[in-house]
Amino acid sequence: MTAIDPATSEVAIGAPRRPVRARWSRLIEAWPPLVMLAIAWIVLTLIVAVGADAIAPYDYSRMDLRARLAPPAFAGGVWTHFLGTDELGRDVFSRLVYSVRISLLIAFAATIMGAVVGTLLGLLAAHLRGFFEEAVLMLIDFQASMPFMIIALAVLAFLGNSLPLFIGLMGLHGWERYARISRGLAISASEQSYAGAIRQLGATPWRVYGRHILPNIASTLIVNITLSFPEIILLESGLSFLGLGVQPPLTSLGNMVGYGREYIELASWILLSPAAVIVLTTLSISLIGDWLRDRLDPTLR
Amino acid sequence: MTPLLEVRGLARHYRVRRPGGLWGRTAVLKAVDGVSFAIGRGRTLGLVGESGCGKSTAARLALGLLPATSGDVLFDGQPLSTRQDAAWRASRRKLQLVFQDTLGALDRRLPIGLQIMEPLDIHGIGTRAERLEKTKDLFTAVGLLPHMFDRYPHELSGGQRQRVVLARALVAQPALIACDEPISALDVSIQAQVINLLHDLREQFGVAYLFISHDLRVVRQVSDEVAVMYLGRIVEQGTPDRLFRQPEHPYTRALVSAIPVATPNRARQRIILKGDPPSPVDVPAGCAFHPRCALAGPRCRVETPALRSMPGGHRVACHLAGETAAAA
Repeated sequence: MTAIDPATSEVAIGAPRRPVRARWSRLIEAWPPLVMLAIAWIVLTLIVAVGADAIAPYDYSRMDLRARLAPPAFAGGVWTHFLGTDELGRDVFSRLVYSVRISLLIAFAATIMGAVVGTLLGLLAAHLRGFFEEAVLMLIDFQASMPFMIIALAVLAFLGNSLPLFIGLMGLHGWERYARISRGLAISASEQSYAGAIRQLGATPWRVYGRHILPNIASTLIVNITLSFPEIILLESGLSFLGLGVQPPLTSLGNMVGYGREYIELASWILLSPAAVIVLTTLSISLIGDWLRDRLDPTLR
Repeated sequence: MTPLLEVRGLARHYRVRRPGGLWGRTAVLKAVDGVSFAIGRGRTLGLVGESGCGKSTAARLALGLLPATSGDVLFDGQPLSTRQDAAWRASRRKLQLVFQDTLGALDRRLPIGLQIMEPLDIHGIGTRAERLEKTKDLFTAVGLLPHMFDRYPHELSGGQRQRVVLARALVAQPALIACDEPISALDVSIQAQVINLLHDLREQFGVAYLFISHDLRVVRQVSDEVAVMYLGRIVEQGTPDRLFRQPEHPYTRALVSAIPVATPNRARQRIILKGDPPSPVDVPAGCAFHPRCALAGPRCRVETPALRSMPGGHRVACHLAGETAAAA
């Protein structure tokens, strides 16, 4: 991303001769079409998540046993269930809409929680040093050395399952990476670097961290968020698949994939549409994150 | 009249572990070991010495950026604390440090204009319009062009960045600026510009400098007084004319003889020091310089020389000073 793009440098040379094309290229460079598509997709999923009640044609748990395993409309099915129905005759499209709502809620809430908690602990560790830092580092090592799936299984098995608890648990996933990154970057910024310079000007820690360190390390944290978001969707899918995630009749993307797996040969549409949504959403977040990171960095402009 | 900054017996020791992993013995690294000096208002003290002799640490101690192991720092007659509380932060308005690495010292995500204004924001000086006006005035005073106000640090040259850093240090009108090798990263023509700038700013704002460098010619040019450091101690101190024309300490003599001159054919003795400076963990007994000193006698190996006064306010830490001046 940092290197000079051959396309743009060519445009720069040819700019006086072809102003219209140059303007187009600049527009495309500033707003890459792929990223715009990704943003459009995320906006669409958000609209679907918010307006699920209005969009879904059926209730997600309404069964129609006469129309079990109906294929989608484009595979010879009927238009009333245009993405087909599952083994209990529930409309796949309606379930997909509600799944998007639940999965996005979990993924966004958990990602934000992890990022906030991890970054806060990391910055506090870098600022306070001493005992607090040791404690945070120990927690980081503990979390990093345990497969998160096992921690999640243990917590859900002992404390039972409810949606808020599940979201909170997912929020714990990945906090240690934010903590590690923010602690390391904050410490390196403080030693004889810009943060040290600002501090010796007499700035309060609020100013040093809020105005200088946080914006400077934001690009790294954003990349981590874009890595973490798909992981949480997949983790949620995995736990739902194991029966410890979102409990039926409530549905989520992972839950749909998990239960659809049994019918993969007979009625693959049950599994394919939620899987496609997972892939598109995680891909979009990655693309947007990459673009945002470059966009927020004045040295790459 | 009390000097602006007075430093008495300042020392900073670090505990280090000798090579040998976990079982290595601990030792004490004496980065700065009993340094005293004073800087008057609007005066410049040059601090010279080899790399690793404790110049930068001494400056940080003198500004209250590092806690001292022992010794006192008096600023305006008041002891300077190093606890990073509100009083310490408020005192930063008067004491500034200019770093050598200007790209590192600036926040690469903020336009330089805002960064120069930052001390005013931090200390809440004036209204926003006044701050902006003051920043813009200073911006031109240090020789930056107005259209650069919204540039980012990486878009400037090294000399321009040095001006930005100086402007940031000056904007809140401090009484003292410590310049830690402010020009060694610049090429010669820009060095001259920055030195002239420092000089002009001193005339204009009456600011005092603690000027750290290993470039003796520059130090001679800018300083009212020069202190030579060797392994954490000041070995000689005096006016630049006296110190560079008639150095007393063998170490200073070696340094001075290494200054390149425009007329190399002139007969003069070039003293080349043998060996590296000893590690500050194993400071030799007696005079720290004796293993490299051509004149060292038996007394130098046993007794640490104190900094003693010579005629004309000159001070030197050498047993042989005064006797050897004629011999050498």
